[in-house]
Amino acid sequence: MALTVPTLAEMTARGETPEILFWVGCAGSFDDRAKRITKAIARILHAADVPFAVLGSEESCTGDPAKRAGNEFLFQMQAAQNIAVLNGYGVKRIVTGCPHCFNTLKNEYPELGGEYEVLHHTQFIQQLISEGRLKVADGQPFKGRRITFHDPCYLGRGNGEYAAPRAALQALDADLVEMRRCKKNGLCCGAGGAQMFKDAEKGNREVNHERTDDVLSTGAKVVATGCPFCNTMMTDGIKNANREGDIEVKDIAELIAEAADLL
Amino acid sequence: MDHLIGQLVFLALLITAGTLFGRRIRQISRNIKLGQDVDRSDRPGERWATMARVAMGQSKMVVRPVAGLMHIVIYAGFILINIEVLEILIDGLFGTHRVFAPYLGGVYDILIGCFEWLALGVLVACVVFLVRRNVLPIARFRSPEMQGWPKNDANIILVVEVLLMFAFLSMNAADGIAQARGLEHYVNAGSFPVSQHLQPLYAGFSDGGVVLIERGAWWFHIAGILSFLVYVPYSKHFHIFLAFPNTYYSDLTPAGRLDNMAAVKKEVDLMMSGDPFAAPAEPEGAVPIEPPKFGAKDAQDLTWKQLMEAYSCTECGRCTSACPANATGKLLSPRKIMMDTRDRIEEIGQALDAAGGTWGDGDGKALLGDYITEEELWACTSCQACVEACPINISPMGIILDMRRSLIMEDSKAPEAITAMFNNVENNGAPWAFPAADRGKWTEELSAES
Repeated sequence: MALTVPTLAEMTARGETPEILFWVGCAGSFDDRAKRITKAIARILHAADVPFAVLGSEESCTGDPAKRAGNEFLFQMQAAQNIAVLNGYGVKRIVTGCPHCFNTLKNEYPELGGEYEVLHHTQFIQQLISEGRLKVADGQPFKGRRITFHDPCYLGRGNGEYAAPRAALQALDADLVEMRRCKKNGLCCGAGGAQMFKDAEKGNREVNHERTDDVLSTGAKVVATGCPFCNTMMTDGIKNANREGDIEVKDIAELIAEAADLL
Repeated sequence: MDHLIGQLVFLALLITAGTLFGRRIRQISRNIKLGQDVDRSDRPGERWATMARVAMGQSKMVVRPVAGLMHIVIYAGFILINIEVLEILIDGLFGTHRVFAPYLGGVYDILIGCFEWLALGVLVACVVFLVRRNVLPIARFRSPEMQGWPKNDANIILVVEVLLMFAFLSMNAADGIAQARGLEHYVNAGSFPVSQHLQPLYAGFSDGGVVLIERGAWWFHIAGILSFLVYVPYSKHFHIFLAFPNTYYSDLTPAGRLDNMAAVKKEVDLMMSGDPFAAPAEPEGAVPIEPPKFGAKDAQDLTWKQLMEAYSCTECGRCTSACPANATGKLLSPRKIMMDTRDRIEEIGQALDAAGGTWGDGDGKALLGDYITEEELWACTSCQACVEACPINISPMGIILDMRRSLIMEDSKAPEAITAMFNNVENNGAPWAFPAADRGKWTEELSAES
């Protein structure tokens, strides 16, 4: 059966209200690699029978990269536009596929009139597992495999969430190992603060190469991510180290979806 | 008579040090208040708790155990030995000797014993710190911004602390000898678990010599402490006072949150209201209000809290050693951002004093450009590692992002790729040039795939 994802407009027209709004984010909507993460999240939500909708073409950049690059005007214009849409639909609960969207919606929108309960997808997935709504037990392709988790700055340090993504990974029955720099001391992938959209400043190394060293020295077969930008940076770093054959970069949503036999 | 002269000299020293210290504190406080307003009066309970945990409890210091634990020894030594300084002050002013001894009895012996062990601990920790700074290859003590004065400043403080502790122990050693010999004034008081091992150094001296050493060490110790008091507010070492208010006024919101600029909100609200005439007409004859300045170009454009942070920074460099940009050879060092901010607000303060309190059109310089370069600002990934690493909750990142705001909103200066990103967000609602209509394409793909 084809999996259909309704927009909030369609759902509202049918007189239905979703349990959550899935805020996809720009990377998750347009970047081919990140779209696979988005689809994995959608499959998980579907498998857990979570009534959800997306905004589709009504979703617009939260303004995070503009804000962190110094363009507060553009950020607040984006925020005002998004808040008007969200409030127009009476949205209460949002799950994001990106920690930057998560942080902005959760911490920066309330003061501008947008108050919602906002969850990062790893938090919501962890809830679904612990509430028994999502079964990961079968298949277990990751049983005993060594996995390490790269903390996204805006989920970890930015919002103090280190436990949920790790708890979700527990469901894989894998061999979870931590990197030398993890949790509060986790090293950035190099993409934040609008760096994703420009060349790095002069230096002697790329930040993602430095982080790739941390990843590789764990001997993990999979590096789990929770952010489409981290995912890109880690993938590039591993490619640069010529280690694509040894280690995969996968979002927690993809790992869970695969373990739950949803892909 | 001798006593009286001593007491007068002591009083004069005390008044001089107090006056100089007070003048400097007023100067710093004035400089901090040059900053912009920010409200940090909310949640007092949480603020006291943060101060207790982070400043008093040193919770973030021990993240690095070697430096952290030794720092706690010096901190405890500083606080507790001040009880001894209180006695020294009373003795100095009233010509008494070990005035607390008769009141405290056995407790006095225990206290002095503890102070001696602490003094030894402080001495050892300071020597280890000197070795770490000057001999061991610890990268964060060798950054470019640490050359010259900052390095000397750190060494001066450590050497002075070593000397003060040595003087304190020598004073006790000589006092112990004087007590054993039953010399006049030297009441039998105190226990000398550490300084007794120094006694052989001074045991060969005559009675007069022993008294001279005891008095000399006493004067050196107290004069040293008073000089230290005057020196500290000119030094990075001022953190010993400012760490407390600085943590009290911590940003209590999640580290990922960046403030929404109120001046921008006002303008965006006007624009979104859709009525171009919504702005109230200015009353006739009104003085035109200066348009708001966006972001921080100079030190006074920062908030008073950010300026307080600059004065609180003790240049430990934990921020810089945690910074991904710095670790990969970029020009950015978060510690330098704090040092530059302090240097600049100091410069502004001095210029203000020289001009009798008026700033006018300024001195033609600015924090942005003359101290901090665009290259440094554009190297930041906003990962908050510097904020997390700071033992007293300073945010170098906050200053960096406020300066980016000035670059963009005042000067329209951005790397080309950033300008392109802005255009994409503005026109397509995404940082890349994809049409908004394609946002839902993945749902069609998913339907086809499943």
